[in-house]
Order: sequence, then structure tokens, then C-alpha cells
Amino acid sequence: MSDVSRDTMLLTTPFHSRVEAMCDLNDWGNWMGYTTPNAYFDVELEYFAVRSTTGVFDLSPMNKYRVTGPDAQRYLDRLITRDVSKIGVDRVGYAIWCDDNGQVMDDGTIFRLGEQDYRICSYQRADDWLAWNTLGFDVTIENESEAVAGLAVQGPTSCTVLTLLGCTDLNQLKPFGIAHYSFEGRPLMVSRTGFTGDLGYEVWVPPESAEALWDQLFELGRDYLIKPIGSHALELARIEAGFLQANVDFMPAEEVVRVGRTRSPFELGLGWLVDFKKPLFNGRSALLKEQEKGSRYRFAMLDVEGNKPAEHSFILRGNKQVGTVTSAAWCPTAKANIAYAQIEMPHGAVGDELVAEIYYQRELHWTRLLAPCKVIDTPIFKSPKRWQTPAPPH
Amino acid sequence: MTDYDAIIIGAGHNGLICASYLAKAGKHVLVLDARNEPGGCASTREFAPGHHVSDCAQWLSQFDQGIVKDLDLKAAGLKLGKSKTTISLQSDGDHLVLDGDTISGAGVDSADQAAYRDFKNMVRSFAKLMTTLYRSRPPKLVEQNWTDRLTLMKLGLSLKLLGRERLRDLMRIVMINIYDVMNEHFSHAALKSAIALDAVTGTNMGPRSPNTVYSYLHRATGEHLGQSGTTQVLGGMGAFGQSLATAAEKCGAKIRLGSAVTAIVKTEERVTGVTLDSGEQISAKLVISSADPATTFRRLLGYHQMEAGMAMRVECYRSRSGTAKLHLALSGLPSFTGLSEGQLTERLVITPSMDGMETALNPMKYRELSDLHTFDINIPTLEDPELAPEGQHSLTAIVHYVPYEPDIGWEAGKPQLLSQLVSELEAYAPGIGALVTASELVVPSDFEASHGMTGGSWHHGELSIDQALMMRPFPGSTQYATAVEGLYLCGAGAHPGGGLQGLPGRNAAKEILKRGAL
Amino acid sequence: MNQYDAIVIGAGHNGLTNGAYLAKAGLKVAVLERNPYIGGATVSRELHKGWWYSNCSYVSSLLRPEITRDLELPRHGLQVVSFGGGATFTRNGDYFGNYSDHDRHYREMARHSKRDANAYDRYAADTSLQTKLIRPYLMRTPPDPTSMKPRDLRDLLEFARSFMDLGEEKLLDTIKFWTASVGDYLNEYFETDVIKAHMAGSGIIGTALGVYSPGTAYVLLHHYMGDVDGNVGAWGFARGGMGAIADALSKAFQSYGGEIFCDANVDEIIVKNGRAAGVALKDGTEYKAPIVVSNLDPKRTFLDITNPSDLPKDVLKKARNFKIRGSSGKLNIALDGLPVFHGLDPRNRLMAGDLHFSDSLERQERAYDDWKAGTWSKDPYLDMMIPSLTDPTMAPPGKHMMSVFVQYAPPKVEGREWTDEDKDGFEKSVIDQISNYSPNFRDLILHCETRTPREIEAEVGLTEGNIFMGELTFDQLLFNRPFPGYAQYRSPIKGMYMCSSGTHPGGGVMAAPGANAAREILADLKKPNTVPGGYADD
Repeated sequence: MSDVSRDTMLLTTPFHSRVEAMCDLNDWGNWMGYTTPNAYFDVELEYFAVRSTTGVFDLSPMNKYRVTGPDAQRYLDRLITRDVSKIGVDRVGYAIWCDDNGQVMDDGTIFRLGEQDYRICSYQRADDWLAWNTLGFDVTIENESEAVAGLAVQGPTSCTVLTLLGCTDLNQLKPFGIAHYSFEGRPLMVSRTGFTGDLGYEVWVPPESAEALWDQLFELGRDYLIKPIGSHALELARIEAGFLQANVDFMPAEEVVRVGRTRSPFELGLGWLVDFKKPLFNGRSALLKEQEKGSRYRFAMLDVEGNKPAEHSFILRGNKQVGTVTSAAWCPTAKANIAYAQIEMPHGAVGDELVAEIYYQRELHWTRLLAPCKVIDTPIFKSPKRWQTPAPPH
Repeated sequence: MTDYDAIIIGAGHNGLICASYLAKAGKHVLVLDARNEPGGCASTREFAPGHHVSDCAQWLSQFDQGIVKDLDLKAAGLKLGKSKTTISLQSDGDHLVLDGDTISGAGVDSADQAAYRDFKNMVRSFAKLMTTLYRSRPPKLVEQNWTDRLTLMKLGLSLKLLGRERLRDLMRIVMINIYDVMNEHFSHAALKSAIALDAVTGTNMGPRSPNTVYSYLHRATGEHLGQSGTTQVLGGMGAFGQSLATAAEKCGAKIRLGSAVTAIVKTEERVTGVTLDSGEQISAKLVISSADPATTFRRLLGYHQMEAGMAMRVECYRSRSGTAKLHLALSGLPSFTGLSEGQLTERLVITPSMDGMETALNPMKYRELSDLHTFDINIPTLEDPELAPEGQHSLTAIVHYVPYEPDIGWEAGKPQLLSQLVSELEAYAPGIGALVTASELVVPSDFEASHGMTGGSWHHGELSIDQALMMRPFPGSTQYATAVEGLYLCGAGAHPGGGLQGLPGRNAAKEILKRGAL
Repeated sequence: MNQYDAIVIGAGHNGLTNGAYLAKAGLKVAVLERNPYIGGATVSRELHKGWWYSNCSYVSSLLRPEITRDLELPRHGLQVVSFGGGATFTRNGDYFGNYSDHDRHYREMARHSKRDANAYDRYAADTSLQTKLIRPYLMRTPPDPTSMKPRDLRDLLEFARSFMDLGEEKLLDTIKFWTASVGDYLNEYFETDVIKAHMAGSGIIGTALGVYSPGTAYVLLHHYMGDVDGNVGAWGFARGGMGAIADALSKAFQSYGGEIFCDANVDEIIVKNGRAAGVALKDGTEYKAPIVVSNLDPKRTFLDITNPSDLPKDVLKKARNFKIRGSSGKLNIALDGLPVFHGLDPRNRLMAGDLHFSDSLERQERAYDDWKAGTWSKDPYLDMMIPSLTDPTMAPPGKHMMSVFVQYAPPKVEGREWTDEDKDGFEKSVIDQISNYSPNFRDLILHCETRTPREIEAEVGLTEGNIFMGELTFDQLLFNRPFPGYAQYRSPIKGMYMCSSGTHPGGGVMAAPGANAAREILADLKKPNTVPGGYADD
């Protein structure tokens, strides 16, 4: 007998009919309460679409919060650790936000849509924290997650494809810039942002436009080898490009039960997002203290010898365990074996040589491998295309 | 250079005491208050022509006598009336008299009399322990320094000195309700409710609410603070405020009345001063607020000037009280059934049974008026005839179980409640209604408007264990310092709370001096 | 020959557990039961032909897995089946469903409030922190803070350290939690009435306190700290009813050689030369043993079956002051079919969970006001289940058994004993409450067993019908349970012990009091310990 309470079933995104039609593998996952494809046809080929042609990822389940009102900028300034005033109109800023103890709750992007008009786009839900933060500010927060559909269009040919769609002069759009167009009589917004480290855009439309957008995009992009990509391929791209993910590389502070399991921006290698010269923000005094006293952990990107991904590995120095791996992957473009790790201070400085204790199995046979690894200072994959303006044609 | 070392917001008793101690230590201190008289809740007001009453607090019962000495308040003009016995009025005129450790009347038997002595002894030993804690800053438990360790050691020693049995009693009763403790000790109904009254007045609780033993013990600290009983201040409570102001000025503090602070000024780093309603800005190294936490943080500092987690704490801090004041101008001395004229000068209380008190709480929870109340009555004009025109009298009563904001609104609610209260009084003082020439009912929201106490809470926040001691007012802003650099608390919203003890002001000053914050 | 090494009075789950561990250590143990059947308040009874009622306790979560496993209860026939979920119906025809699946739970909450749905993660984290703190102490004897014995000092230090490890702010938050009301606690997280009311139920069940009474946040924790198969906070049914737990325990006990005697009504504990020497039954029979363990609540233990002259005065006083408050009643109903509720499809799995009808804290608080005034609640809070939707052995196919826990019901009605008319009035208030939300309910009733505190006390021997054998307020928890100075299962009389839910860690069918008491007894006898420690909880 079916469980009849359908009002709590997983939601589908506005692109679902199209996504489903292209999901050859019928391999689905639950992302933020939405039915989303893990893979469409082949994880590795999807990944290569991002790196050499164009990959399209449905990011409608991302949480979107509209922040408006006379205090919108002041509100955001108190919320996030970087200086909001430096984000111009029609610009996007990557940001993190902390609790009062200076522990990271989530990261996300802040879209400045007008003078006092912003959109926060975050991986985690933030209704509760954003609402508490309104105390003392003349600001309105609207959860517009369901009102905005989004596609990440990423890869070397993405600019060309979107230009064909009618996004004129898109190649002039700088990284983290926003451009506005219309699509079939409705607004279409493009931001030069993404989670892949490559040239790429995120396209935002009202849900009513979603299916037509998908159709036209794939029609116009056919010659530019456009492909849909699922969560697994994106995961590979983001690790290669050096992006962190909540619940994987750190625990959102408000969900942590055990003492000591939260992380500060400094401990995640995100100290560059903390600006002590800007107005008051949540976590400021705790972070100042941490800066003075030193952090407990260090975020390290590791180049691991060999080709076995160091997933869930312990990181050793000599016989001593000094850290654990949070994300790891063999990076097909960089041809490198990369891992992100949380390393106890004072270990893990750039250049440090450590050992990853890797367990892997082949045909039910488990092998323990002690792989030397080295702390590197930047993501292994760095595409110059990501930063070039005008955007290169392919 | 700043204008002052410290600005103290509020010339209430705690603000003035804090100012005095700081000024005595040579600090340059300015006290600011919106009202035109010093004293805050210790105020006297002419509510009807010629009738002056203590219009907010009416008793002094637990004021720290060390402060009286330190600040030489007697020289500053403080005159206390005599120590009063408590008479719990009974409808049949056979009243219950509570005088020190003895009780009489209303048919109390020797068993209850003995039990009362035992009970007072037990309370005394617990209150002594609390006084130890009350006279110091509340210790931190994890991030302790030597001061905290010393306090904890002192506390540990006092606990040990209690003896094993008493300690076990304490462990058991400290978090329970006064209702059960009364039933465990006594059989006399009026006795139980007369004691329970002290546990609930000024709070939002009934006798069955757990934590009311704590609020009772809080009041019982008076004896250890050197005050031997409930007294009225001659000249009204305003005279108490005045004496503190005189003392503060003598110590070198400057007081500016009629100057409402509208905002606490803060840079990214710290608080730097205040803005007045005139627009004037005054700077200081520290701002010390004796206003309640909600007023201090929400209204004066503003949520936008603190981190959001702290704003959550402020928002969740509970400060609502169900206590109102009744003021009656009387054309002559009322007569209470069974009371001699001499007894009219004592502290008169009227309480329903404990169950009745609990029932009276119910409507208050649902924003309705109750038809039962407790009264804590003073006829101040007997000891202090100058407070009323010759031959006339005033009656003031602390009335409990009044909602903060009834659903019917106060415009309709007040006249209704006023006549209800007078008729409740009539049962004990027949004919009193005919003597009333003017009357006034001051409800919790009136106190909020006139004295700036959020929710009308006399304690500047419910004195429930989860908001007391090391937790007061809330984690992150304890030990008089707050999570905001340069901003301190010295009012009843800080440890150990309200009740005109003067300890928050004194402890805050000591803490600030000890830290070398100035 | 009525000579034993140990006698346990009362064949409830704690008595049987205690007996089992003593017997496992090689002692000759007799468990004496007043009723003709075992189980105490963990029973399944066929009170209507074909329908089995768990007519006292009705769900299981707190039963310690260490004991279940150690005494091999599954081998002795115990099967606990998780039911998961529940719902609170609202007056406007909707409901709030509490799904055990985290994501589904989010989506259902979001249907009422996205903010609340999101705040739930913060709530769950903060509340889990508290359960983590308390769980390691369930299978341990509480230390005595007034004692200077090395063991007490060591345990206290460890206890203190686990709290200190939290850091200043979390520690203060913990103290706040332990002293706060469930209403105030929930108000710090949620804005929606029905969501708060649904959760607040766990803060008042079995307790003579209202949702705004300080101390009820802990009671909430008491209902959250159990688990089914490691799912902390989950609840389940014992297949065959709660009697299955007692049956399995009795088989375990008997497998170690223990003996059970029913219809053995203890009149008095025999004390000779200041030492327990056995018990005398009402019929004059005597059982002799140097160890006597009482599984009766502390009041009955010290005020009913111990001669006052054998006790120090302070213990008599403490027993009298021990708070056991009747606050609840129960209806067990045989149904001809499945009732239908407004707004909820009868096929929805939530139907198999705990169902409620109080959709606001105010309604719950008003229900408590009635209890304070000495009457049953006019608008009662109900914890209603249909176990036959999960366990087919409880009722004939297509028919159902309904268990309705009712709060509040006073121990006495306006100061006098319950009368049959009162009982009818109480029953009517409950039936009416359910009928308000279920149009076909009334017509489905085949048989209804109504139990006020009077019936529960008379039959099971729980004073005032209190399910926890003593209020779960801080004055009666941990080293204060049942009384300060006597929280280590020993009575003031040598050889006499306590093992009921009136001792640490309290009621709720945990079996931990019985096991912990056995550990202390064996230590006194210098016998090897047979009682398992708690599982590490990370």
C-alpha cells in the first residue's frame, strides 16, 4: 500500500520534465528535498563536458533569499564576513557567514541586484538564521527558492552558446558580473559564476521560462557539444577547482552537536574572506581572538602520490595522526590525486610532507596504503579562461 | 580624551551606587537619567493633591547595609521607618501575625510555630550561602580565573559548613516550588500562603511554579545583608533615591537628571559614549547601564550593533511581571476588621490560599483579568504623616496577578480591575471604598512607560534559575561585562537581581575597578 | 523451604531485571508478585476477547539495549518494532505530521513554516547535546555529592568534567536547559503553535507539570534519550504488547534459576538486628533472605511494607515528601475498525504513530490548570496510538486496538476519592476529544477500559498512578532520586535495597534501575559483577 501523504514527497525542479528526458541512467538523488540526477549518461563524460565543451547543471534547488529594504546592505554586512559595500550593483560576491563564535555556518554567493536589493544563494537552508538576523534592521527577507529557476552553464563553449541564446556581448561580462536579458518576454539574468573553476555562467529565470530555456539551450548548443551534468560530475569538478562544500568539508555550525567539530574561516582556508576593517559582523570578536591566539586546525590541499583517491583517509605525520581527509578525487584534467584535509596545527603548512593512510578495495579485498602527500598552496586546476575578459570563444 | 571615565545610564539605586563606588575610587563618573528625580524605582510621586506615595517600590527589606556604611547614606539623609511585622489578614478578623521567628493568631498551633522556627532557620542557612554568592561576581565555571576559583572555593566551603543533611535539603528544594515546601512544613493554610506571597510577588509565577523556592530565598537574603525586616523609607522611597544621589555627589559623581539617553554610541570595536535626547553626545571610556537588559541592548544599543547570536539571547530573555501597584487617597484612616489602629502601621498582606493564588495566576497567563489577587499593603502616612494632607491617609499596595496586557486592553481593563481590587479590600476593611478620594492603578505596562522597566519587571527580567546567578542575564554577557566591549551592566538585570539590594551596582563597580577597565 | 539468597518484591520489569542479574551471579533469587500475573506496569492483557491491551505502559524506547542484549531478551521472545512518527491534529482540519525520516520531516514542517523547519536542525543539535550528556549516566549509579568516598569523588569529577568540556557558554546553556520550561525552550526555536505543541507533549507526559513549568525541558529529554536500534529518540512497540518485555525478562531470570511467585502479597519486610531478614506475606507465609530488594515505589517501600521503627526518622519524612503525583489516566479501546481522522488519509503511515489533539501550548497549559484545580482536563492532552497498525497480534484482522494516554487526571477529584461517576466523566472527556476529530470513532468502540489514577494504583500499585514512580523534577533526579543520600539503591536498613523506577534513572521502562541496583548489591556481597556497563555514545 502506498504511503499516501504526497504533500511531503520530494519536489521536482522546473526543469524536471527535460532533465528526466535526458537522464539516460535514471540515477536520481535527493538534493535539498528535490529529485535531482546523480548522473545523466556517464559521470566521467559529463565531467569532461564541463572541461572541454559545455556542461549544464540544474541548480534550482539552491536556496535563494531576497534581501530588500533600507537596511539591506547593513544587514548583509553584519551577516557575512566580507565587506558588502565592495560588491557593486550587478556584481556577485562569494561569502561565508559565521555564528557569534566565529564558526562557519555556510558559504554562498551574494548577488547585488540593486542599491538595497540583494539575493543570497546558499547551499544550506538559512531561513532561521536570516530571520534572527533581521532583529534591529529594516529589511525584508523572502525565501524565493521556488520562484527562481537556475542552470549552471559551464565550460569553454558556454559563452558562445549563451550568446546564441540572445545574451549579447556576454563575452564582455567580467567574472562575478551580472547581465540582464529577456527571454521569451520574461527576464533572464546571467551571472558569470560557478562551482567548476572554468569559464562559466549561471542563468536565472522565472520557473515558467525553465522548460523553454532548457530546450533552446540544448538546441543552440548542440554544435558546441552541450551536455547535461549531474551531481557526481559536478563534485569532481569542484574538488579539482578548490571549492569547499558544507556538510562535506565542514559542518554548518548550528547543526553541530559535539564540542569542537565546528570550524572557523581561518581553519577552512577562507581567512581571505574575513575583513576586520569592515563594519561589525557576526563572529568578529571571536575571530579577532582566534587570530591572536591561533587556530586549532588548518585547511590543507594535498597532492597525494599515486592514483588511489584518499577518501576518508587519516593523515599522518610519522606515526601520529594529525588530520583527516574531507574530500578527495582523482582529477582527470589535472591528472592529479587531490585531497582536502583538516590538519591539526601546527602541521599542514604549504610544502609540508605528510602521509595519507588510504584504504581501498578491489574485488572485496581491502588494501591499506600509506601514500606520501604534500601540502600545495592553490587548487590544482586553474583555468585562465575563468578570469579572461572578453571571454575566449571556446 | 573622553569626557568621562564612565557614564552610568540610569540614576536608579544601582546606578547611583555603582557611580558612588567608582567615584570614590577617583573615577570621573557621570550619571544620566531621563526622569527629573533620582532613584529610579525608588521614587515618590504626588498621585493626588497632597498625597505622596512611593509609586513604584514601596519597601526596603534587603538593602545591603555594607553599602549604607560605605556610602554613609545616613549622613546623606536616609531615614528608615521601624521594622515592620507582617500581618496576614483573615476574613474573620483573627489575623496571622508573623514577627521575626514567631507567629501568632489565626489559630496557629504550637506545631506550626515550632515548624516555622525550624523553617526560618533552614531558610537562614540557605540564604547565608546565597549571600556569599550574591556579594561577589557570579563565578565562571569553565573559563575561571583566580577570583572565580576563590568564589567557588568559598561557596564549596559554605556548602560543607551547612552540614550533610542541610546540603541534601538544599539540593532537593532549590529548584522546586514553594507550594510543596510549604505543604511539607506547615499545616496552617494562611501561614503557607503568607510565606508563598514572598516567593511570587514581582515575578510571573504562581506558588506551584518550580523555581519559586529560589525566588523566596532571594528575598530571604535581606537578613544577611544586614536588614532586619521590612521597612518603609521616611519621605517615601524617593527620599532613598535622593540620599543615594546626595552620597554619589559627595563621592564626586556628577548626576544629570532630565537627560534621557537615546542611544549608546559604538564604533566597530567598542562603546564610546552615549547620545542624549537633546542630541548631545558624551564620550566615556565605559558605559555602564543600570537599565534592564532589553532596554540596554535592544533600545539603546540596538540589535544592529551586536552580533546576531547575542541579539537572539536578548530577544529570548524573559522580562514580564504580573505585579501592579494600587494607590488610594483616603479621607481618613480606614478600619480593618480585627486590627487595632496601631497595627495599621504594619505590613498588611492579603492572600488567597495557595491554591487560590495558583488559580489567580491562570487568567494572567491568557491575558485575562483575574478575580483574585494578593495584596502587600502599606499605609505610609501613619509613620510619615507628611505624605498626606493633615488627617488624611494614603494606602499603597503591591498587587499580584495582573496581566501585562489584557486582551480587553487597559482602557477598559483598568476601571474594571480597580473596582475589583477595592471590593477585594472591602472584605477586610469594610467602608474603605467610601473613604477613597482618589485612586490610581499602576499596571506593569505603566511601569514600563514611567520607569523604563521592560515588561514592568521589577527584577529587570524574570528571576527564574535559568536567568539567575551565572546565567544572568544570559550566557556571554555575565560578570557585569557584556559581549560588547566597553559596555557594562550594573542594574537588576545583572547578578544577583532585583529587590533593592544594591548589590548589582556595588558588585559591578568592584568588578570594573578590579579588572582595571578604567 | 522458603530460604533464598535474595528476595525481590514486585515482578515488574525492574524487579525481574534485578532478579535476573542476581541470579546470573549465582544467587538463589525469588521474585514475589502481588498480582496473579507478572509484569507490573509492563503487561499485555486480553481484557476483551481477541484484543490485547498494553494497558499500562504502551511504548518502548528507553529499555536499555545493553540489558536487552546481555540478558538475551530477543532469544527469550522479545521483538521491539519501531513505529516512527506521529501527528497532531489541528482544529482547522489540518495536522502536523512528525515523520521519522529527516528530510520528510523537514518538508512536512516546511508546509507549516519554512523558518521552523529550518530551525529544527538547530533544535535537534542543541537537544542532542543534552541527550549525549545524560545517556552515559543511565547505566551507572549516581555519585553522592555530599560524600567524600573515593568512588563518589572520582565519579563526580568525571561528571563535572563532561560538563566542563562543553565550554562556558554551552555549559550555561545546559544549566538553563535543565531549569527551563519546555514552553520557553521551544519558544526559542519555533513560531508555529502546532509544531511547538506537538513537541511539548514529551515535556509533560507522566508529569504533574504544565508546559510552562520550569523543569519540563528535562522531561522532554527523558523522552528523547532512549533509542531503538541506535536511533536516539525513536520509539517502538514490543510485539505482543508491553507484556512481551516482562515475559522475556522472566524467562531470562528463570534461565538463571530464579523463581517467581505470583499472588504473593508482601505485608512487611522482616528486619532482625538492624538487618533485612526476609519478608512476610499477608497470608502469613514467610520468605527468608539476607537480601531484600523492593521494586515498589519509595513511598510504598518505606511507608507501607517497612516497619517505621526500623527506619530513621529522616527517611520516613523523605518518603512522605517524595513527590509521586498522579497526573494521567488511560483508555484502552477495542475498535471494530480503523477510525478516520479529519485531514489525514487513513492509509498514511502517521496513523501508526502517536496521535495528538492539542494544537497549542495554551491548550496544553489550560489542561494543566484543570489538574491544578483538582479535576480532569476538559480539553485533555492525549497521546493516542493504534498499535494494531504495527503489530498484528494485538487485535483480530481488520479490527484495531487503541491505547489512549490521557493527561491530565488528578489523583483525587477536588480532594475526594474518584467515584464511578467521575470515571465516566473522565472517559467522556476523552471520547469526546477524539470524536471531535474522528466522525466514525464513537461507532467503532466495542469495549473500553478506562483507568483513572485510582484504577492504576489499585491494580498495579503505582502510587497515585504515576507512571514514573515519582516526578522527574531535578529535586528527584540523579543523586536526588529517590532522596538525597539514598540514591545508590541502598536503603537505610542493611541488606535492604531499592530497584524501582523511583530510583535513578527513573521510569519509562528502562530496566536500568533494576540493573544498577543489582550491581550495587553484588558489590556489597563482594560477588563478581554480572551487570553490563553502558555503551559508549559518540
